[in-house]
Amino acid sequence: MKIAQKSIKFLALALLVLISATSFASSTDKKHDTQNDGGRVNSKEEISDYIKHHLADSHDFTLFSYSNDAGERKHFGFSLPVILWSSKGLVAFMSSEFHHNDDGHVLVDRKGLKFAKIHSKIFELDANASTVSFDETHHATNAHKVLDFSITKSVVGILIAGFLIFFGFTKLAKQYKTRDIPKGFGRVLEPLVLYVRDEIAKPNIGEKKYRKFMPYLLTVFFFIWILNLMGLTPLGFNVTGQIAVTVCLALITLVVYITNGSKDFWAHTLWMPGVPKLLRPILAVLELAGFLLIKPFSLLVRLFANITAGHSVVMGIAALMILLKSQFGTVGATGISFFLTLFLTVIELLVAFLQAFIFTMLSALFIGMAVEEHEHH
Amino acid sequence: MDIFNDFSIGLFALQLVILIVLLILLAKFAWKPILNSLEERESGIESALSEAENARKEMQNLQADNAKLIKEAREERDAMMKEARAIQDKMIADAKEDAKEVTASLIAKAQASIQQEKQAALAEIKKNVAELSIGIAESVIKKELSNKKDQLDLVEGILKDVTLN
Repeated sequence: MKIAQKSIKFLALALLVLISATSFASSTDKKHDTQNDGGRVNSKEEISDYIKHHLADSHDFTLFSYSNDAGERKHFGFSLPVILWSSKGLVAFMSSEFHHNDDGHVLVDRKGLKFAKIHSKIFELDANASTVSFDETHHATNAHKVLDFSITKSVVGILIAGFLIFFGFTKLAKQYKTRDIPKGFGRVLEPLVLYVRDEIAKPNIGEKKYRKFMPYLLTVFFFIWILNLMGLTPLGFNVTGQIAVTVCLALITLVVYITNGSKDFWAHTLWMPGVPKLLRPILAVLELAGFLLIKPFSLLVRLFANITAGHSVVMGIAALMILLKSQFGTVGATGISFFLTLFLTVIELLVAFLQAFIFTMLSALFIGMAVEEHEHH
Repeated sequence: MDIFNDFSIGLFALQLVILIVLLILLAKFAWKPILNSLEERESGIESALSEAENARKEMQNLQADNAKLIKEAREERDAMMKEARAIQDKMIADAKEDAKEVTASLIAKAQASIQQEKQAALAEIKKNVAELSIGIAESVIKKELSNKKDQLDLVEGILKDVTLN
């Protein structure tokens, strides 16, 4: 019964992959490429735009899109709520009202305000404007961005990851009430928890103090890992490649290690002993900059850049299928891009874990630096 | 792509809220029970191992004790055997000694009684000889004492004999 359920799930997923892949492939088969040909991606610029569009957050959850025989663009997926803080307060509507338009041509009226979506950002039009006008660099001239608290695709991804982690680990926690050694999926999760504890927390923070930080380290590790992995599925999430997400993660790490800094840590940071007094203020500035800016910045940029680069490269290599078609033919180009993409995706699988590990490791290391107490004073 | 333009405050805020809520929920319902049970299990395993080690040591001690006991018992037995042998030897020796003494005393008694018998026999013989001599002397004297000179010679001769005797 269980196996049957699993295979059904797997089949559904495989079908999903297949459908999205075929719709993508079929759009490349036809040879007419005008600018507005219903979402076909043929030229280098279109590919670049497509990748940029994927990397950005989205207000719709589109699983795949296709063009029907009449040339109409059809999207398969579901719309998500848009929640805005506009000049007239809170505004909420479903993203379907934009009709998948992403260049500001479809306007949504709420509370006498007009909203347009331009490159995955929502703009509020100025009071007297009726349509969005653009300058030559394609920036809106008569609209401004609003605070956007929408449940975007990334937020959905975060929620899904949160639910997965929560249900997975509460189930594991419950198992310990009746048995010493978990069974089923818990047996997979337990070594991961032990790994974070024994390989990340204990060596970097120390036997005495690691306990307090375990919940944060475990949460962050699984959060990043699951989201990285979700980014590799055909669902097309790119959560850990959103700068806002990595900023948030790095900021929490910063807050954790600053609020838990020991007396010794602050003494060493602000007034380094054993150094000429003249140098101490300079060192203090350097140390403070290191702990408050450089370390969190390196954390957030590393994760963001790795995931963004990974997605860009995988999509770029997949696009070789289109770009190499004239040289190698459809089969040759597809074969080349298939194997390269497969290879890169396997590497990305490793990177997904590695980045989660590095983020957690460095967080633990910084926390360890902050809570360390020097016994020789 | 402009990173700062891409930064969405809304996404940041939602992520912050969700992550903190998730952290609190997980800490309470997942991490704490999991880590506690893991630690409990580990300390359980550790104590079980040390108990096993203790039991092994105890076993070894017991075995050593047993060996010691066996050795002691064997020594004791050896000592007892040795003692018994010594006693036996002594008894035999004593018995021999006693036998010898008894024999010696028997022989001595026998000799004494022989001596006595001999003395008695000798005395008897002497008595008989004396009676015989007296008889002979009587008859000789009766016959010889007819002259004086013969009497004197006789007395002289007897005296001579007596001195020699």
